[in-house]
Amino acid sequence: MKTALRFTALLMLVAFLAACARDVREEPPAPEPPPPPPAPVEVDRLDPRDFTDARNLDNPDSLLSQRTIYFEFDRSNVRAQFMPIVDAHAAFIRANPSARVILEGHTDERGSREYNLGLGERRGTSVQDLLVASGVPARQIEVVSFGKERPVCRESNEDCWQRNRRTEIVYTAR
Amino acid sequence: MFLNEKSILSSATTASAWRGLLVLALLALPLLAPAQLRIEIVDGVEGAMPIAVVPFAWESEMPQPASGVADIISANLRRSGLFEPMAQAQMVERPTRPPEVRFGTWRLLQVDHLVIGRVLDAPDGVGQEIEYHLLDVHSGRILLSQALPVAPGDLRFGAHRVSDAIYEALIGIPGAFATRIAYVVVTDIGGTDELFELVVADADGYNPQTVVRNTQPLLSPAWSPDGRRLAYVSFATGRSNVIVQDLFTGQTDIVSSSRGINGAPAFSPDGRRLAVSLSAGGSPDIWVIDLENGRRQQLTHHWSINTEPAWSTDGQRIFFTSDRAGRPQIHVMNADGSNLERVTFEGRFNARPSIGMEDRFLAVIHSDGDNDFRIAIYDRENDRLRVLSNGRLDESPSFAPNGSMVLYAARENGRGVLAAVSADGRIRQRLVASEGDVREPAWSPIIR
Repeated sequence: MKTALRFTALLMLVAFLAACARDVREEPPAPEPPPPPPAPVEVDRLDPRDFTDARNLDNPDSLLSQRTIYFEFDRSNVRAQFMPIVDAHAAFIRANPSARVILEGHTDERGSREYNLGLGERRGTSVQDLLVASGVPARQIEVVSFGKERPVCRESNEDCWQRNRRTEIVYTAR
Repeated sequence: MFLNEKSILSSATTASAWRGLLVLALLALPLLAPAQLRIEIVDGVEGAMPIAVVPFAWESEMPQPASGVADIISANLRRSGLFEPMAQAQMVERPTRPPEVRFGTWRLLQVDHLVIGRVLDAPDGVGQEIEYHLLDVHSGRILLSQALPVAPGDLRFGAHRVSDAIYEALIGIPGAFATRIAYVVVTDIGGTDELFELVVADADGYNPQTVVRNTQPLLSPAWSPDGRRLAYVSFATGRSNVIVQDLFTGQTDIVSSSRGINGAPAFSPDGRRLAVSLSAGGSPDIWVIDLENGRRQQLTHHWSINTEPAWSTDGQRIFFTSDRAGRPQIHVMNADGSNLERVTFEGRFNARPSIGMEDRFLAVIHSDGDNDFRIAIYDRENDRLRVLSNGRLDESPSFAPNGSMVLYAARENGRGVLAAVSADGRIRQRLVASEGDVREPAWSPIIR
């Protein structure tokens, strides 16, 4: 009984800490824009292809809402199908000098942990290189590799592994 | 307080230090004692040596602990896979001093060796003394007699030291019972959140103590040569940092927090330097940090991944993993970075070397393809690589300080477990925790 209480207390504290931690990683949704003037000539409609608009980061119709780039086994080159996502974020970060991103590199569970830290960093760095090549100032980007320590999927099969081999674009400021 | 101090103190000499450590841990989060590992023998050797460890006479004023010295010694010897200790119920006589031994009885019982002894209060009144004798049943000779002083509360570790001496007398190499193991336990705490705990326990799984816990990853624990400090990698800040923590005082130093990867710490054999892998230069390279003055020296300069350094026994060379040839393989260089050469050639993947038997053996993670990662021992003398484990995702090999066993992490039904295999592959153990994912084992040096 006492143990159960203690464990519950631990869980609550941990949940609280985790909640705090999460706040750092993911900003809450952008505040609603101020109400339009009473007699608008044009309605402020959100264009999902306007990659400079922060609201599109949370718009499921916009490429900006996609923040994960997946990789092949033991590879770190960004495949062509993911280039539009990288380009969209490059446009956003260029247009928003206050924006800051962490590129989190992740791997699947195969191979040693420390080698995977290196591999995860390569995946983060190859996205960074593309952003910088398209004009994003390097000071707005940081690469952090988590190797295989933070899988999104825990099973030992290719389906799971390919979801874990990824770079996540995490905005710490918009 | 939740603490049962008796269960916490593995050694009275370190008691106050452990208490300091626990206070620190309590400040962070309420303390739950980590689950204890239970060690099971999967395979032993044919014809393990029959031995009888007779219950020791308790001639001390102190209260007698639940598990006796003889129980601990028997369990240690059995776990090694090389001995077959007799059950106490079969012991028709219970001598505690050499003159009481009737060798004929023990010959009839078909044991080769006999261990007898007494636990006494120390002559100076501080702590106790384990007086023990190892006898050869066939010749009737006393092979070993010793009175081992034991600090207050240190009886378990005293029994481990007696086990080490018996093992050495009969096997010919020092035992590795008076050691500890470090490992990481990961527990789901709801949603996608996990709790990472770095735990230190005695080598028989007893006295597990949490050294540090965090909701961000902890990995790569490494022991200092005196067994006092642990280096490890923590993501507590959201980025990798190399930490050195004193287990006695609880003091924690961030040794490296450069931009990029700070990983793979390994103490030099003199304990003064730490080899690490840092990517501040753009890709992971091996560096050596002087722990006294903080000076750093970069040893590799290559665009590839260079990580998992392991010092040679004399501290003159460093083995490490590098994929400069395309796939990860073990390389070696002098401790100043010169004379770099490739060591392993067999298989597609060889990584994370652990050194055994005075540099003759390298325990590595080995793979021929992309899907099965196993523990192998590379024998440098005979240029032979021998696969010792049969899992699919075996990793993190760590040699016992006497080179007898390799401890490693495996996955079993989707869960992380620890396993150990003897260097010749004949003896296998599983180390099972009641809950959580156990990984990243590191076997300590002999604790003096």
